[in-house]
Amino acid sequence: MTRTVAVHLTVNGAAATISVEPRTTLTDALRNELRLTGTHLGCEHGVCGACTVIVDGAAVRSCLMLAVQAEGRDVRTVESLGDAAHLGPLQLAFRKHHALQCGFCTPGILTTAHALLSEEPDADEDRIRDVISGNLCRCTGYIPIVAAIMEARSAYLGVQAEAAQ
Amino acid sequence: MNNVSQLLVGHPVERMEDARFLSGSGLFVDDLERDGMLHAAILRSSIAHADIVSIDTSAALRMPGVHAVITAADIGGEIPVIPLRLAPLPEFEPFRQPVIAADKVRYVGEPIAVVVADSRAIAEDALEAIDVQFEALSAVTGRGATEDALFACADDNVSLRYSAGFGDADAAFANADYVRTERFSVQRHTALPMETRGLLAEWDSSSARLIVTGATKVTFYNRRALAKMLDLGQDDIDLIEIDVGGGFGVRGEFYPEDFLIPFAARKLARPVKWIEDRREHLMAINHSRDVACELSIACRSDGTMLGLRGAVFSDMGAYIRTNGGVVPAKAAQFLPGPYRIPNVSVSVETFMTSKTPVGTYRGPGRFEANFFRERLIDMVALDLGIDVAEIRRKNLITEAELPYPIDGLVPYEGPTSYDTGNYVEVFERALLEIGWRDKCHLQGRLIDGVRHGIGLGCFVESGGAGPKENAALTLERDGSLTIAVGSSVLGQGLETVLGQIAADTLSIPFDRIRVLHGSTTLLDEGFGTYHSRAVVMGGSAVLDAAKKLREKILEQAANHLGRPNSELTIADQHVVAANGASVSLAALATEQVLSADGTFANTTRTYSYGTHAAHVTVDPRTGRVEILDYVAVEDVGRAINPAIVHGQAIGAIVQGLGGVFFDHLVYDEEAQLLNASLADYLVPTASDFPRLRAVTLELRPSLTNPLGAKGAGEGGIVAVAAATANAVAAALTPLGVEIHHLPLTPPRLWRLIKDARDRTPTAA
Repeated sequence: MTRTVAVHLTVNGAAATISVEPRTTLTDALRNELRLTGTHLGCEHGVCGACTVIVDGAAVRSCLMLAVQAEGRDVRTVESLGDAAHLGPLQLAFRKHHALQCGFCTPGILTTAHALLSEEPDADEDRIRDVISGNLCRCTGYIPIVAAIMEARSAYLGVQAEAAQ
Repeated sequence: MNNVSQLLVGHPVERMEDARFLSGSGLFVDDLERDGMLHAAILRSSIAHADIVSIDTSAALRMPGVHAVITAADIGGEIPVIPLRLAPLPEFEPFRQPVIAADKVRYVGEPIAVVVADSRAIAEDALEAIDVQFEALSAVTGRGATEDALFACADDNVSLRYSAGFGDADAAFANADYVRTERFSVQRHTALPMETRGLLAEWDSSSARLIVTGATKVTFYNRRALAKMLDLGQDDIDLIEIDVGGGFGVRGEFYPEDFLIPFAARKLARPVKWIEDRREHLMAINHSRDVACELSIACRSDGTMLGLRGAVFSDMGAYIRTNGGVVPAKAAQFLPGPYRIPNVSVSVETFMTSKTPVGTYRGPGRFEANFFRERLIDMVALDLGIDVAEIRRKNLITEAELPYPIDGLVPYEGPTSYDTGNYVEVFERALLEIGWRDKCHLQGRLIDGVRHGIGLGCFVESGGAGPKENAALTLERDGSLTIAVGSSVLGQGLETVLGQIAADTLSIPFDRIRVLHGSTTLLDEGFGTYHSRAVVMGGSAVLDAAKKLREKILEQAANHLGRPNSELTIADQHVVAANGASVSLAALATEQVLSADGTFANTTRTYSYGTHAAHVTVDPRTGRVEILDYVAVEDVGRAINPAIVHGQAIGAIVQGLGGVFFDHLVYDEEAQLLNASLADYLVPTASDFPRLRAVTLELRPSLTNPLGAKGAGEGGIVAVAAATANAVAAALTPLGVEIHHLPLTPPRLWRLIKDARDRTPTAA
């Protein structure tokens, strides 16, 4: 049978060991091995952004990264941003601004926005628009998504201020 | 009903769907796993038109982990064909698609074999081991006869021709002061929902039952179709709808895979999952648009419209699928639009090509028809020296003329009339919003190297009809409410909207309501979600059921409280009598089953309408267009949830702008699809169209349904090409450029500008 490789990584703050074929993408490993199905596949070649996760703080297309490349890395998925009963600031802003309809692209946009605001909590509208232009959404027309991310900035500014103290 | 201030209908209630989507806990079909589940991959034709000489699956079958390779030979007997769901004209029958190619392929992407294996990766590996020998035939890429006709019954590849109309167009044209004829076209593109299609089929051998998850849109119809093909009873099959990542018309129709995957599951008696990849999606899901039109108008010299003649030509692709000829039929029907044109004659010709079959995409036919007509109106205005706003104002149907019959434009449909509205008021509102009076002097002007243009597009469009929809409401023992409805949810927020309607009628808190939808287990019969009908039909069915349930609840509470129904109200999850006595809903539901079925039947269409206005700049050096301002004004009768309606409108405008500037399925002369990836098939991104507005009005409620709602999902898209192309044309009028064809890519506009300059070298 096919050869598998053990991969040790941290996912959403918890240590995980998975056994995968070398050709397995990080998306497939997260979805199938760890059953974290919030990360979606929209194109499987790095264009649509639905599969975006955060690897060592950077937004990454998990369909373009092999699971074996995640050895020793810190991976965060949409599930880490808050559960349905305890939504985080980005998620709450998305709900308020009606920044999602079918919800399929939403996890990738949330992770992209979280990575952005964690680094640049004062990102302006143009910067937000530019970063989010790597994620496709067919329902919303993007305008409410940008508005929601703008609103969520204050929560990230707060976090940065706390960290600085 | 009690306290009016607590009513939810008409308010931008936050959606009940959102928490699960935002936390990654939505459940889409690819999220499902089953014990013993196998994975399917589909071998698709790599060649557009060919006879299949042989299919050798032996090498694939020998691969470890491969459980089956299914070809037409394994189906046995007659290969099932995909039925015509809408307007099943007998002319289309010979052109229906078999669920798998047996001896001939007619488009790139047509299914030839299904591999079922332990993993998707193994299944995809095995596809490469299948050896298919073809004998190539000449591809059919456009209108007209070819060396090798696609179907023996049609040498000229034409599948349908008809003419229709009202009044006397010939006389109108013969007597008119002014006549103009132009040819227009809208390119082939598709809806591109973010979630590709997928199915999980499970066969229970002991009970001979089939469960198919991943269905949507018209699950009850699809169950009937599948039962017939598999020779099962309808009750032996359940089609289950879970979360769906966008529909826009293309998803949920009956496709070949809707037979092939259940067939594989039954054959192997194992759960089989198939998830379409994006490349397959672009060559397998319905394409749309791809309509050309020769349009003629007859006017008085003052711009009064007297007659319209339109010949619609529609490239249907290789087969006629479930939607039949809806796209060209609606393109023809909506040619006259919201104008008083007494004499109209239309013709439709559908022709077959070696391309992916065509179906409906949001605003089918309307997007095209509005583009054709509104473009021609601007050309007429220029010829006659009339302002483009004035010529529309002069010809728009007035409220006094409504209802306005538009009978006879679709020969197989009954009489229909534009219902309620004030087309002129909405038009004037759009002018106000775009700042027409202050900006019209900018038309065509060159400022800082770019030319400005402002364009208008008016529309009227149908939605929300027949035949009926069903809903069942149950008061649960904990006092919560469960709504089951035959409508499907495609990501529009329908759960929230239906919850709002029930919450108001039953005075039950919104967060105590659960909406089940789309699945064939819920109701005996349902009709689904298409033609902007979910709120009008499903919402009205929920309202009917909620009213009945309210009566039942009060009836039972009356026995308890010893007071007549008329003295009872529902508040705070109790039934309360005027004297203060009360009993909880939970207690009532525990005593006795409290449920009610509701239905709403309506074959009368609602007609929503509106005007779009666009202000653009065009850089004549590059052909690049920028949207400076865009506003869509639409009267939807009644908005149950204004935030959802607004969100639909903005999203639809951007989809429409994609159709104007980007979306284009490009085929070469051998009918190979050249851009079957998202790297090559472009759609709008966040940075393309940041300045858009939608104004939703509730001027004239629909009279066809108790909610007063009209279809609201398509008004945002149907006039986008009209308004935008008119704005681009207005910007380039001083250069002698006219716009006839979409998409308006920079190279195409640059070429039009250059050609115009070459003709008149003096233009700047």
